[in-house]
Amino acid sequence: MSKVYLPVAPMSRAEHPVQGIMAQVMFALLPATGFGLFLFGWPAIYLFLLTVLSAVLFEAVCLKLSGKPASLFLWDGSALLTGWLLALSLPPWAPWWLGVTGAGLAIVVGKQIYGGIGQNLFNPAMLARVALLVSFPLEMTTWVQPAPLFSDHGPGFLQALAITFGGAGGIDGYTSATVIGHAKTELSQGKTLTEAFANGQFGLAGAWLGWMPGSLGETSAPLVACGGLWLLRKRIITWHIPLSLLGTVAALASVFYLIDSERYLGPLWHLGSGGVMLAAFFIATDYVTSPGSPRGQLIFGAGCGLLIFVIRTWGGFPEGVGFAVLLMNALTPVIDYYVRPRIYGRDYKGRPLKMPEGKE
Amino acid sequence: MVVLDINALWRRRSKIRGGVHPEPRKETTADKPIVTDFPLPERLYLPLQQHLGQPADPVVRAGDKVLKGQLLAASRGAVSASVHASTSGTVIGIEDYPAPHPSGLPTPTIILEPDGDDRWIEGDEETDPFSLTPDELCARVDRAGIVGLGGAAFPSAMKLNLGWRTRIHTLIINGGECEPYLTCDDRLMRERAAGIVEGVRIMLHGLQCPTALIAIEDNKPEAYSAMADAAKKHGRIEVVKVPSLYPMGWEKNLVTHLTGKEVPAGGRPTDVGVLLHNVATAYAVQQAVRYGRPLISRVVTVSGEAVESPRNIEAPFGTPLSELLAFCGHRPERTARYVMGGPMMGDHLPHVEVPLVKRTSGILALTPEEIQAADARPCIRCGRCVSACPVGLLPLEMMTRIRAGQLDAAVGFGLRDCISCSSCSYVCPSRIPLVHYFKYASGELMAHQQAQQKTEHTNRLAEEKRQRLERAKQRRAQPANKGAGS
Repeated sequence: MSKVYLPVAPMSRAEHPVQGIMAQVMFALLPATGFGLFLFGWPAIYLFLLTVLSAVLFEAVCLKLSGKPASLFLWDGSALLTGWLLALSLPPWAPWWLGVTGAGLAIVVGKQIYGGIGQNLFNPAMLARVALLVSFPLEMTTWVQPAPLFSDHGPGFLQALAITFGGAGGIDGYTSATVIGHAKTELSQGKTLTEAFANGQFGLAGAWLGWMPGSLGETSAPLVACGGLWLLRKRIITWHIPLSLLGTVAALASVFYLIDSERYLGPLWHLGSGGVMLAAFFIATDYVTSPGSPRGQLIFGAGCGLLIFVIRTWGGFPEGVGFAVLLMNALTPVIDYYVRPRIYGRDYKGRPLKMPEGKE
Repeated sequence: MVVLDINALWRRRSKIRGGVHPEPRKETTADKPIVTDFPLPERLYLPLQQHLGQPADPVVRAGDKVLKGQLLAASRGAVSASVHASTSGTVIGIEDYPAPHPSGLPTPTIILEPDGDDRWIEGDEETDPFSLTPDELCARVDRAGIVGLGGAAFPSAMKLNLGWRTRIHTLIINGGECEPYLTCDDRLMRERAAGIVEGVRIMLHGLQCPTALIAIEDNKPEAYSAMADAAKKHGRIEVVKVPSLYPMGWEKNLVTHLTGKEVPAGGRPTDVGVLLHNVATAYAVQQAVRYGRPLISRVVTVSGEAVESPRNIEAPFGTPLSELLAFCGHRPERTARYVMGGPMMGDHLPHVEVPLVKRTSGILALTPEEIQAADARPCIRCGRCVSACPVGLLPLEMMTRIRAGQLDAAVGFGLRDCISCSSCSYVCPSRIPLVHYFKYASGELMAHQQAQQKTEHTNRLAEEKRQRLERAKQRRAQPANKGAGS
């Protein structure tokens, strides 16, 4: 970008630069991330650091290649945040190359080939996650039971190196399915939900607290929501997307649960497990890939919610968030084109309002 | 009183759109009384054009001795305003002098050397404004050279005349003053409330209009109570608090907030039966109609962190802004930028050797920390500009189109409805100079339109000439037809 010291109005500015926004989002992610890292121990910490660092590295290389000033762009924190969000959506004990490949996909394919920050059509982290899921379905759905740091059955510092770098991820006794994946498998075998949850492996409280298998950062819904509410309070995000997304998921889940509680998970299960909270507050709210107008954001959020529910309930993949967000990202330009705020003095079609009687 | 209640109901119903909360920075000047003994400068520079419309015609020549309040240049046409001598002295020339404008280009200016006596011209006797007819009232306002003192500088007589003829049901007096730093209207309302209220009554009389609402932002409690006290006795005038949200002072915002009516695009507030005037204009009207005093001075805010003792000064028009700044302890070495008006919509001035004119509401000397100049980054589509826009535009989409050279597409997103309030630029985290893009694009469109009109005009002339020649040829070819009707 050119130097802009033009003497143009306004002569003062609000204090909310881009770096500040990115920093606030990362701050809001801290509780959920910290808990996730604690819950899944050293392998998760390695994976997290690897993903984040390689995202920043890929960004630096791309900036260098395209001749953009790293001083201006690298420190805006957007690559760091992308890597962070991707790491949160990966299985916590995924091998090192999954994190690095994902970061490369997110930054290079998801962002830089579109022209860098602000230009991408799809959410980079979700693009990478879905690409990984399609390419490496086994590694991407190898979930582990929580094995907290410093606990007896958690892997130690060195043992964790073997898991992350040696590909020993699927150690017996640790692997498991996620709630939604489990429900889906059992339902497809003709069982009812009561039968599926009969062994007590999955509890609703566990799902909300995060004490069960899942992606690194998706497990504790309340902690994610706390971060989200903080972002709302700081006016980094507005309420439109989170509310319409969560509201749509909850409404659809309630309706189907009331119709047949043996075949459809209830709204509390939907809201408390998987990536719904993360999507509502941190992923669907990505500025670049969501509509600009408040009404457009309501539509976008509702669309995400609808697709999440549909894919989770009837789709071929266990988790719907990534696909739902990407599909709605693709619709964002259309929404932005058709849904615009009403201009003062004009109707929604842009025609001037009618003059009152007797006035020319 | 029923009318007032309906208005109150509307106020609760109508929601203000967009807007931003810039840091007010008014505290440095708001509590200091207006300085009225500002020393006369050595020379006064009075541009012939201090208003919208046609420049005034000079009626004096170099060497003429003039008295305070004497007509120096007469208004020309309906949209124009006269210029009067701000003090007694000698006209030493009518020549080009830099105007307070971002371009810094010179414009025809009357240069006046004060004699120090500050002697008034023989004026009209004090008159009872309410004995005058609307026409006489408008004539007096016109003779006094009054223009809108809120910054737009539209000739006030013209507006009053228009309002009287289009039957106004509500007169709104704009005491919003939402720009940061500026407190000149605030101080005027605190110190001269009675004069302003009488000015409002005069306008009501001239407009034959039943009600007036004086809108004051809720961050000016002293001004509110002073005005409410002064207006108490007059049932037709209601003083109302409005939220302090920039740009509350935008006239259409006030119309919608106070009356619930929305001005159609391309229309004026008078189209919905509302007329707006600024508080300082109301005061000037009172001075002109009751005492016959032309508009020769105004209260101006001198502020900014590069000014040691910021304050409001009542100064004669033509005073070099540099002298106003010097009077308040200006520190040029700390100044990064001079602004005339407020920081949101004001003009950048390349230097301050320019005169105070009728539309100068403030002169600010801002430090580098205050202006926060920064490199623009790419747009991250955060939508803050959309939420901030009081008009309901999509600044980010407009900016993208303008950068791609698609001006027509930008018009489709509402470029022509932009009021250049700078709210979008203010909130942009990427520091993109959005308003600058819009002003540029509007300028381009205007130039394009003018060029097109010129081409059409030329084509029409050429076509007419061709037809004329054709007719002449026919006439020569058929002399028999002569007289048969041409």
